[in-house]
Amino acid sequence: MTITNGEDELQDQFNQWRAYVRRRPELVASDAEELEDHLRGSVDELVALGLNADEAFLIAVKRMGGLDDLSREFAREHSERLWKQLMLTGEPGDEAKTSRSRRDLVAMLVCAAGAAISIKVPELFGKRYDDSGMFYALNMTLFALPWLAGFLAWRRQAGPRWYGVLAALFVVGAVVANAYPMSEDSKSVGVVATHLPLALWLVVGLAYVSDDLRSSRRRMDFIRFSGEWFVYLVLIGLGGSVLIAFLYGIFNAIDVYPDEFIWNWLTPCGLVASMVVGGWLVEAKQGVIENIAPVLTRLFTPLFTLALLAFLVTIGWNGSGIEVNRQTLVLFDMLLVVVLGLMLYSLSARDPQAPRGPFDVLQLALVVSALVIDALVLYTMTGRIAEYGTTPNNVAALGENIVLLANLTWSAWLLLLFVRRRGGFAAIERWQTAYLPVYAAWLWAVVLILPPVFGYR
Amino acid sequence: MRVTKDLVAASATPIVLGILAEGESYGYAILRRISDLSGGELDWTEGFLYPLLHRLERHGHVESSWQAVAGERRRKYYRITRQGLAELAEQQRQWQTVVDALKQVWPSIGDIRPLFNPLEGTA
Repeated sequence: MTITNGEDELQDQFNQWRAYVRRRPELVASDAEELEDHLRGSVDELVALGLNADEAFLIAVKRMGGLDDLSREFAREHSERLWKQLMLTGEPGDEAKTSRSRRDLVAMLVCAAGAAISIKVPELFGKRYDDSGMFYALNMTLFALPWLAGFLAWRRQAGPRWYGVLAALFVVGAVVANAYPMSEDSKSVGVVATHLPLALWLVVGLAYVSDDLRSSRRRMDFIRFSGEWFVYLVLIGLGGSVLIAFLYGIFNAIDVYPDEFIWNWLTPCGLVASMVVGGWLVEAKQGVIENIAPVLTRLFTPLFTLALLAFLVTIGWNGSGIEVNRQTLVLFDMLLVVVLGLMLYSLSARDPQAPRGPFDVLQLALVVSALVIDALVLYTMTGRIAEYGTTPNNVAALGENIVLLANLTWSAWLLLLFVRRRGGFAAIERWQTAYLPVYAAWLWAVVLILPPVFGYR
Repeated sequence: MRVTKDLVAASATPIVLGILAEGESYGYAILRRISDLSGGELDWTEGFLYPLLHRLERHGHVESSWQAVAGERRRKYYRITRQGLAELAEQQRQWQTVVDALKQVWPSIGDIRPLFNPLEGTA
């Protein structure tokens, strides 16, 4: 063996060691470099004493002691490193990643600005934000979600066909929102205003999975994305309201009243731009920061289970039926949505290989109690369904109930199999991701078909 | 002989500042110097020295710079700052007080013996 070979080998060992050190969150690149220099000093000294490079390296590493102790000591001084920070422009040092996240940032800014500008365009045609309530209620998401979908499709390097499909769907949405002759106080307007955003959100989902449409994993990623996006949107909204409160306060102090700016510019532009920014944040932070939606579900699954069980016990005790009208039907629809959300987000965070635990049983209890409650609701309604199904609102509410009920019933069955060790966890996940097109079909049907069927009433 | 943890911790800052007051240095050399100074009795670990250096840097007692050595390698050198010198003077004053006090109660090490047998008088 020549001396250069020994040098190369030593270099390899140092590289491996450095990679190993860098896996510790407590030790950043400069620490690794400093420690490596230390190690080299140690090795050089041992070599000078007559050891060969290999031996010297082994002894020097041994002397440095376990990395566990080392990182613990470093963590005591640099506790901030244990808090994962979102580096919006990539970690310093990683060139490819840095330039990628720069481009993402620029694309996001373009899309957010596009959204903010596009919502002000209708004003050129006399649709002021503060006195065209219906127009903006119907169209709000149409100014934001196409930009978000565009950003996602761009990130996934979708082909031109994809852009065509997405654009066509958004155009269909725009046509429904604006060309259907619905009067402001019709029921149809309410139905479209509540269902169109969700239908369009699934179009965003299409953009999200555009790199692999049929993959169940990818669809689950979209479910995760939706949860995180929503959490970010709420957080940005909270921050925005604090900003607005201060804007009001400080300008009032100098006798300037910025109402026009706040309500006609800041709120609409901020709202649509934050939808794009939220999407970008979720994409950028993927894997850097703990997902928050699953944490919330862990907190609330037991509480909701308790609440629902208490409700059932109270019904049993009082013997009172549920008073069903449209409001309560919508309320119970929402309850099913919440239960489904709780299940989806704990699924999304679960390790598919993990064995069943008490949490799975809890979840089964939650789903079953929600099902029992909904069965009671539907039972009280039987016979009056015809009476209920006479407005688009009621048909929508009833249909939602059935769509959700079907999902939850089968989920409960799969969960039961899983808890009783008869089935696998993957089946539950596959069922949920396979069901996404059903929501899409239902939502688009409500938006497209219900208003004309009921004569735009 | 092993120096207790508390004493090592208490003496660490003045020792490191003292070494850096002699001139700028880097981690490995500082560790060697400490080992030499104590005749090998003070054997600090890397996990003790580097976080300490980083802490001193954060407090502004020392400053660091990366300098190229031998080929592509870089080495992080530490230098004492004016504030570090002031801290060192303050530490020296405190240690002097402690040492003076110790010298008075320990006139010479050989004289130390128990004043009474602790087992007596318990009956």
